[in-house]
Amino acid sequence: MDPILLARAQFGANITFHILFPTITIALGWLLLFFKLRFLRTRDEKWMDAYRLWVKVFALSFALGVVSGITMSFQFGTNWPGFMETVGNIAGPLLAYEVLTAFFLEATFLAIMLFGRERVGERIHTIATVLVAFGTTMSAFWILVLNSWMQTPAGFEMRDGVAHATDWGAIIFNPSMPYRLSHMLLASGLTVAFLVAGISAWQWLRGQRTPAVAAALRTGVWLGVVLAPAQAVLGDLHGLNTFEHQPAKVAAIEGVWQTERGAPLLLFAIPDEEARTNHAEIGIPKLASLILTHELDGEIRGLDEFKGEHPPVAPVFWSFRIMVGIGLLMIVLSAYAAWRLRRGGELPRWTARALVAMSFSGWVATVAGWYVAEIGRQPWLVHGVLRTADAASEVPAAMIGTTFVLYLLLYALLIGAYVSVVFHLAKKAGSPDAAPVARPEPAHA
Amino acid sequence: MPELGTPEGWLPVVFLALMGVAILAYVVLDGFDLGVGILLRAAPEGDRDLMVASIGPFWDANETWLVLGVGILLVAFPLAHGQILGALYLPVALMLIGLSLRGVAFEFRVKARAEHKPAWDFAFFGGSLLASVAQGVMLGLTIVGFRHDAATWAFALFIGAGLAAGYALLGATWLVMKTHGALQLAAVRWAQQAKWLTGAGIGAVSLATPLVSERIAGKWFSLPEFFMLLPIPLATLLLFFILWRALARLPQRLADGNEYGAWVPFACAVGIFICAFYGLAYSLFPYLVVDRTTIWDAASAPESLMIILVGACVVLPVILAYTVFAWRVFGGKARLLSYG
Repeated sequence: MDPILLARAQFGANITFHILFPTITIALGWLLLFFKLRFLRTRDEKWMDAYRLWVKVFALSFALGVVSGITMSFQFGTNWPGFMETVGNIAGPLLAYEVLTAFFLEATFLAIMLFGRERVGERIHTIATVLVAFGTTMSAFWILVLNSWMQTPAGFEMRDGVAHATDWGAIIFNPSMPYRLSHMLLASGLTVAFLVAGISAWQWLRGQRTPAVAAALRTGVWLGVVLAPAQAVLGDLHGLNTFEHQPAKVAAIEGVWQTERGAPLLLFAIPDEEARTNHAEIGIPKLASLILTHELDGEIRGLDEFKGEHPPVAPVFWSFRIMVGIGLLMIVLSAYAAWRLRRGGELPRWTARALVAMSFSGWVATVAGWYVAEIGRQPWLVHGVLRTADAASEVPAAMIGTTFVLYLLLYALLIGAYVSVVFHLAKKAGSPDAAPVARPEPAHA
Repeated sequence: MPELGTPEGWLPVVFLALMGVAILAYVVLDGFDLGVGILLRAAPEGDRDLMVASIGPFWDANETWLVLGVGILLVAFPLAHGQILGALYLPVALMLIGLSLRGVAFEFRVKARAEHKPAWDFAFFGGSLLASVAQGVMLGLTIVGFRHDAATWAFALFIGAGLAAGYALLGATWLVMKTHGALQLAAVRWAQQAKWLTGAGIGAVSLATPLVSERIAGKWFSLPEFFMLLPIPLATLLLFFILWRALARLPQRLADGNEYGAWVPFACAVGIFICAFYGLAYSLFPYLVVDRTTIWDAASAPESLMIILVGACVVLPVILAYTVFAWRVFGGKARLLSYG
């Protein structure tokens, strides 16, 4: 097998596995702070009960994020040596700032947040919670700055085939950064909203109808109501930005082969790279042009204008539809659930079941969205600057293949274990054996 | 070697020093918690929760030093990062799998169903051991300049065993300091056993480095360098001697209820690691790949290094401050952890 494809598959598998967990911790950190502040305000124990369950999920997600993140820091070098050789002068400082301003902060205060409440008192514990949430968000900030720069590079010049920074302001606030960062933060918020709502709905269906479960359910549903429509608006803005800077990616998203005016929005199609056309198209006339150009007869440049320079079409086309489809489901379901909660205070059983089914839907949508962004950037690693093929390593295919299989087995095991443990923790929550992992001992200072 | 007065000259040296500090911090800090993982299955069931609790508040931050060390290699010496990690592909992959298993087992063992706990304990032990041996193999292969033949692999595997023993020594002495009772006494015994293989590993590295490279032999065995460097091996030997004496006396002292000196073995173990690291760093300098790639060959552009340095100078003291704070919060004897 082609070593470049293998290296991409291996890195792609790892980064897919990794993104699942920061997507949860970024927003869950702030949600935990919310639970804690509600408790401090109302002194109602239900908020602390909710906190105690979700802080465990946070700790678990954080650990998985850390170990898969460490793997990534090595794979940058083992799989893509050409990346740092060419754009290291730009990527380097951004990654360094992520480690310095985010990683240590999160990791150190996490211990106090998890285990230190009795030792440091309420106030410092709250500060630690703020710092952990802040740290996860800082980490998202720096890595999205770097990723956005790879999509819409700015503020640099090439000297002897190596990128040199000329304007750090332009590098950090590159054209797609504000959109991509907000889009990712909202994706994290939605993932957590549906995770919390879904798991709480599951507890409620099982008969664990405690005040804590009701409070978490409401919080998740209301968060979804606010964030899901906001994400739709922001996603549209992000799309317009991509249309301006990466037209080939948008052409793949829309499945437009020849440049056309008044392009339809395709709901379904089977893109065919060989014949350079779609089969079995079902679309809404003129809508793609209207969305992207705000004119019924606006022009969308087709893939044929970017022959040899555009991404593989089918994966981008389909990932995009999966992401948007889940987004629409989220809008509808959270609105309906919120309306029922507001009206009667109780959810119909099927609505609760739908929420359970959607518990991990944020993961699917987030990963699909990242596939659109990353596969859509191909054949470039850094758009217009460095091709993916030119950054690959010379490690033999057999070596990559063997370790790839090991990683895949590990990731499958860990995702399975993670999901089952989240449900297991939810089941134990509120029952007597859920209390501290072991009996406390007197201190021997 | 460029003029050290110019940024092209001194910035790579500063970054090498920073990377060295990060890697040393990693080896010592994650060393003790990997060591506790290696020892986990030597302890009876009932003591394992406390062993894990003794490292619980620290391991995340400890592992971050690895990210910083590799991060500096990546951002400051991008040309060497690919070269080194490409040559170490297999042990790096195994180390990562080991670290992953261990890191998550830490969480899963207390959160999963009770009947799965022994399996996660095994993953915790196996992951710790795999990561430690893999790191030792990486060290071994680096010393011989990434030659891949049967002899160098045998050597690298021996260093792997030596480093795992060194981590077990750190972990055992950590437990001596952080626990009490039967577990503490068991830890004294583990430390006594681990010190032999640790010493053999350090000895093997010390013998191999001058044999592999004439340049390194020249750096050590010429006058007056030889006498100026003599304190390093002498200090190592002295620390081993103090460690040996302290471990021999501890059981009696502890039986008398005298905790004083329970920190001495850990301090000695840390000192031994610092000496060994310093000696190795002296041998390799200024090469990142033995006798092939120097730090100046591989460094990033000075403007970019400067941006990072400014950030590091501001942030590192803050990191140190809150790390000290966290260590104080979780100071004293370990207690079982509970989510408050």
